[in-house]
Amino acid sequence: MNLEEYKGVYVFAQQVDNQLSSISFELLGKAKELAADLKEQVTAVLIGYKVKDLADQLAEYGADKVIVVDDPELETYRTEPYAHALASVINQYKPDIMLVGATAIGRDLGPTVSARVATGLTADCTKLDIGDFPLVAIPGKEAEQKHNQLLMTRPAFGGNTIATIACPDNRPQMATVRPGVMQKIEPIKGAKAVVEEYNPGFTPNNKYVTIKEVVKAVSDVADIMDAKILVSGGRGVGSPENFKLLEDLAEALGGQVSCSRAVVDSGWKPKDLQVGQTGKTVRPQLYFAIGISGAIQHVAGMEESDLIIAINKDEDAPIFDVADYGIVGDLNKIVPQLTEKIKAMKAAK
Amino acid sequence: MKVIVCVKQVPDTKGGVKFNADGTLDRAAMLAIMNPDDKAGLEAALRLKDQYGAEVTVLTMGLPKAADVLKEAIAMGADKGILVTDRVLGGADTWATSTTIAGAIRNLEYDLIITGRQAIDGDTAQVGPQIAEHLGIPVISYAQDIKIDGDKVIVQRQYDDRYHMLEAKMPCLITALSELNEPRYMTPGGIFDACAAEITTWGRADLKDVDDSNLGLKGSPTKIAKASDKVRKGAGEKVVPESPEDAVSFIADKLAEKHII
Repeated sequence: MNLEEYKGVYVFAQQVDNQLSSISFELLGKAKELAADLKEQVTAVLIGYKVKDLADQLAEYGADKVIVVDDPELETYRTEPYAHALASVINQYKPDIMLVGATAIGRDLGPTVSARVATGLTADCTKLDIGDFPLVAIPGKEAEQKHNQLLMTRPAFGGNTIATIACPDNRPQMATVRPGVMQKIEPIKGAKAVVEEYNPGFTPNNKYVTIKEVVKAVSDVADIMDAKILVSGGRGVGSPENFKLLEDLAEALGGQVSCSRAVVDSGWKPKDLQVGQTGKTVRPQLYFAIGISGAIQHVAGMEESDLIIAINKDEDAPIFDVADYGIVGDLNKIVPQLTEKIKAMKAAK
Repeated sequence: MKVIVCVKQVPDTKGGVKFNADGTLDRAAMLAIMNPDDKAGLEAALRLKDQYGAEVTVLTMGLPKAADVLKEAIAMGADKGILVTDRVLGGADTWATSTTIAGAIRNLEYDLIITGRQAIDGDTAQVGPQIAEHLGIPVISYAQDIKIDGDKVIVQRQYDDRYHMLEAKMPCLITALSELNEPRYMTPGGIFDACAAEITTWGRADLKDVDDSNLGLKGSPTKIAKASDKVRKGAGEKVVPESPEDAVSFIADKLAEKHII
């Protein structure tokens, strides 16, 4: 493998139902920074059926070039035709870096493609930088230190440790990136990218599965990852009915309700409201943690919030270790009064 | 019908995370358990055994003590256990791990391979799909339900806001979510069987069609540049108000101070 042949920062532009996912723009935002460091270009790989129209949007969010793989086989995500599409693009265009969202799609596509093109893949990254590997040259072996490497940082052990990983001898350097962590750029209206169509040909084989049915969850709730204020409840809320207290508070604040894993496991709230390691990563301006003990897996999904206020009756709850303000007390008494107080404050304005 | 379940022995990070005095993770103090998603995969396989008489083989890669999770699986009802262990396999990343496991599986007959979606130590979710890729079989990740229909498997595959009902011809690999089911307990008879059961142990020499350059630490394309304990931002201000009214004024003051209201 001649590593010098591999150039450019590529992102997998995930779309579902011909709508680009938020992660695609987040990846472009980060790719633009990495490309600036490397003095290379940002290329989005857009895979689907009748998706070419989305290229302009990718340009507005930072893509210099868009490679479109458009084929009827790609209408709905399936591992095989998508893996074939992305692996073929990699083999044809030889990217230096290939970023994929750590979504339910990307965490299936990424590993399959990395195994196919025989390179490393670092999962669920929360930080990406360009730097040296090893970080510090080994004395006497300075010439062996590699520069301009992608340094991929990710949590492990349920968020207890953090590791920075490099892929020095294989290309592309591949990472899946946790949604909600990287920042999109302010879209540049009217920006255009070079659009190139590429079709490697799709011949169904044993790896093509059949989609018998697509069942969409009926949800009128906005994505908690986009919320500015979250009122999050845990097992301590006590019952699904008692979440009404949190809903009222969220409404008074103009925010949304989210929850911990325990609440989802108990069947009180749907999975798409779950914050944490196996749920969503959120970084709102204000995060209320109410009746949430603060298991490390939960904290991993919310600790980047600007302001964290915790209410818990257990003085030793670990949530108090990450909260900016911790209130030891009974949520059943505090929350309804707080709701009234906030309503009064807003009315007084 | 033959089912292979891949399991991993992991430190129990749930609830019982222990730290050393210097703030590092005290792994010795944490229990080693069967990874939860893998256990759900095992339960799914055991249900296929109950329903269709499937033969269930559990396979793990790890240190010799990882045989414990194989014994546990047999005590739950699995038929046999295979431990892949060898010094040269140590330090493997997901690429080298999946290469190793695929090399072991090439010795076996199978209709279905089930792995957990991800392990609670690394949380990568990569090894399952990569094994399928090395073996050239279809993969269905994030399974919430598994049914068999003749030589096909029908799987409910979870996505963020929807699920797909997928049909694949076997052989096929499925990665299981812990939401898939409630794993059964070990039975007294099963524990007796597990004590008597012989665990097959394979080393490097038993792996089929794999190159040394793809194994262990040396064969891992990803390299750790740095690992450290997570530095948390630390606790802020904690108060124990005398009354709910005090608590409410405290919070309201802070919200006003931060210009949220």
